[in-house]
Amino acid sequence: MGYHLNFALIWRHFDKLWSGLILSLELAVVSIGIGCVIGLALAVAYVSGNRLVRGLIAAYVEVIRNVPLLLLVYLVFYGLPTVVDIAYSNTTSFVVTLSAYAGAYLVEVFRSGLDAVPRGLIDAGRSIGLTPGQRLLYVRLPTMLRIALPALSNTFVSLFKDTSVASVIAVPELTYGAQWINFNTFRIMEVYLVVTGLYLVTGYAILIGLRLLERRYAIGR
Amino acid sequence: MPIGPPLLQIQNVQKSYGATQVLRGVDLRVAKGEVVTVIGPSGGGKTTLLRCVNFLESYDNGSIMIDGQEVGYRDVAARKRRSERDLARMRAETGMVFQLFNLFPHLSAAENIMLGLTKVRKLSRREARDKALHWLGRVGLTDKADRLPSELSGGQQQRVGIARAVAMEPKILLLDEITSALDPELVGEVLDVVLSLAAEGMTMLVVTHEIGFARDASHRIVFMAGGAVGADAPPREIFAADQPNERLRGFLGRFTAAHRL
Amino acid sequence: MLGQIAYAFPFLLPGLWTTLEVSAITVAISTIVGALLGVGLVYGPAPLRWVVRAFSDIVRGIPILVLLFFVYYGLPITGLNLQPFAAAVLGLIVFKVAQVIENVRGAIGSIPRGQTDAAKAIGLPFPERLAYVIAPQALRRFLPPWLNGVTDAVKGSALISLLGVGDLMFGIQKVVGRTYEPLALYGFGAFLYFVINYALSLASRALERRFSYIRE
Repeated sequence: MGYHLNFALIWRHFDKLWSGLILSLELAVVSIGIGCVIGLALAVAYVSGNRLVRGLIAAYVEVIRNVPLLLLVYLVFYGLPTVVDIAYSNTTSFVVTLSAYAGAYLVEVFRSGLDAVPRGLIDAGRSIGLTPGQRLLYVRLPTMLRIALPALSNTFVSLFKDTSVASVIAVPELTYGAQWINFNTFRIMEVYLVVTGLYLVTGYAILIGLRLLERRYAIGR
Repeated sequence: MPIGPPLLQIQNVQKSYGATQVLRGVDLRVAKGEVVTVIGPSGGGKTTLLRCVNFLESYDNGSIMIDGQEVGYRDVAARKRRSERDLARMRAETGMVFQLFNLFPHLSAAENIMLGLTKVRKLSRREARDKALHWLGRVGLTDKADRLPSELSGGQQQRVGIARAVAMEPKILLLDEITSALDPELVGEVLDVVLSLAAEGMTMLVVTHEIGFARDASHRIVFMAGGAVGADAPPREIFAADQPNERLRGFLGRFTAAHRL
Repeated sequence: MLGQIAYAFPFLLPGLWTTLEVSAITVAISTIVGALLGVGLVYGPAPLRWVVRAFSDIVRGIPILVLLFFVYYGLPITGLNLQPFAAAVLGLIVFKVAQVIENVRGAIGSIPRGQTDAAKAIGLPFPERLAYVIAPQALRRFLPPWLNGVTDAVKGSALISLLGVGDLMFGIQKVVGRTYEPLALYGFGAFLYFVINYALSLASRALERRFSYIRE
């Protein structure tokens, strides 16, 4: 081997990793927030829409799910500004991409959640005289959200990991922080050990936290 | 009343799941050719006892012997389990029919029966198929031989389940609430098959909620509650008006009340 | 726009081939290794189960990109100097093995316990239970999600362009750098990836329908 691990230089630049981790989390939170809005709206549109609406939503979902995230990031960052005349920052560009990406996955999560709402509940809503809109708002959506909670948690943790792709367009998140330290110190092994640890600890901490929340609200176990 | 040495001898069997004791020293004997029915409230340990006889569950204490051989252990005192092959050989001597049928969904009705015949009894495929068709005929399903379980009704699936167990020519047949998952109108066709097997002298240990069936078909009825045997007698005595076991009287009373509804 | 794509397509073909090749190698090796480890996770002795569980949880907790960088930049320090192609394939295999392990565990775990009971009851010992009862059913449950997971290998493989491997993504980047037509080319690249992956997802759904009788 002959190689001695030396973490001193990593700790000296740890602020880069720390601020990167915070940004990664912010990116994931904002994207899942926007993604939920997209996902909910499209899931409701899907179950109540006509064939054309369904087809368009299915196309959006399938395209996003079958194209590498890296390519979507490039497409939005380098491709879109050539036709849309708005200047946006690297970070904004990535948030747009990751939100659209999250939206596509969440449409599926919410749609199958709506499918899983027991018929009896909807009938019960009908029998006490709720209109279709009221049934959606007071019966189907709240029940669906609880059914969808575990999948929502998983999606959030995956999005957190996916933020690492933002490093390719120089968004200063965690992976970018690692590359910056590599470039300046060449303690590559140490950097990736620390960064891997940060991703793991953060990801699992979030997951455990969300599972505890689910236990309080989730149904259908 | 059939007589002879006990084919199945259960002595002081105890079993716990963690802190809850589900079997508290059960004793039971079944002679060759005898039909013994176990009744009692849910959670009373009936199914667990049946699963122990096939060693689908291990028992912590006591002994279960079939034809003089200990079921799960090669050394009961030291609790040394039989090897996997040895256990499999022992289990092949008992047939079991399950509440939820448990047919193999990727195999046709005939193939479900043939699997044990070819892999355990080492029959050729041809012999096994002949035998499978014979037993399918006995349960009235010759025309369904090549159907997958998902293409059969519940009653038909359970008849295949019985044929699968009986085709192995077991020394004793264990029936675990085999009609509980069936629609009421399908119960009769399954019980008819069991009755015809009983008439031919098949030894059976039956756990059931069909009290009428227990009364009409069994030589002895065992009442189990709270993990122990509360009564063990011929049906006439069990159903006698002066039945001394209060718990059993209560159980039967609830049953008849429910059925008068 | 069509003109640009027609111009670019020949330049993309070698990369497209590399993408398919990398994905195929990754899937082939990870399926074998993952299946063995997956069976170990379900039926193995406790120490093996712990090791496999830890491996799978750790790998699935790390972004693929970080995994790839780790293998490519990190391993040389331990004396293992890998070419970009080998490092890329190794990284993707590690990622996919964890996924296949979970596919296997899910497939076996979803088989009702009654199936094992029934197989025991007719006297089948463990190897025969596995071969004739569990495996045939597990395979039918394993294949659809596994095939769908192949798309993750194809999509994940786009990241190896960042290690300098000349895959489809790398080819697209090169042509974009030469023609300055990002929208058309990224769009076309997205179309190529879509065609491959959508075909895989359709096949996965068809398999799922075909095997649906197993769940009834």
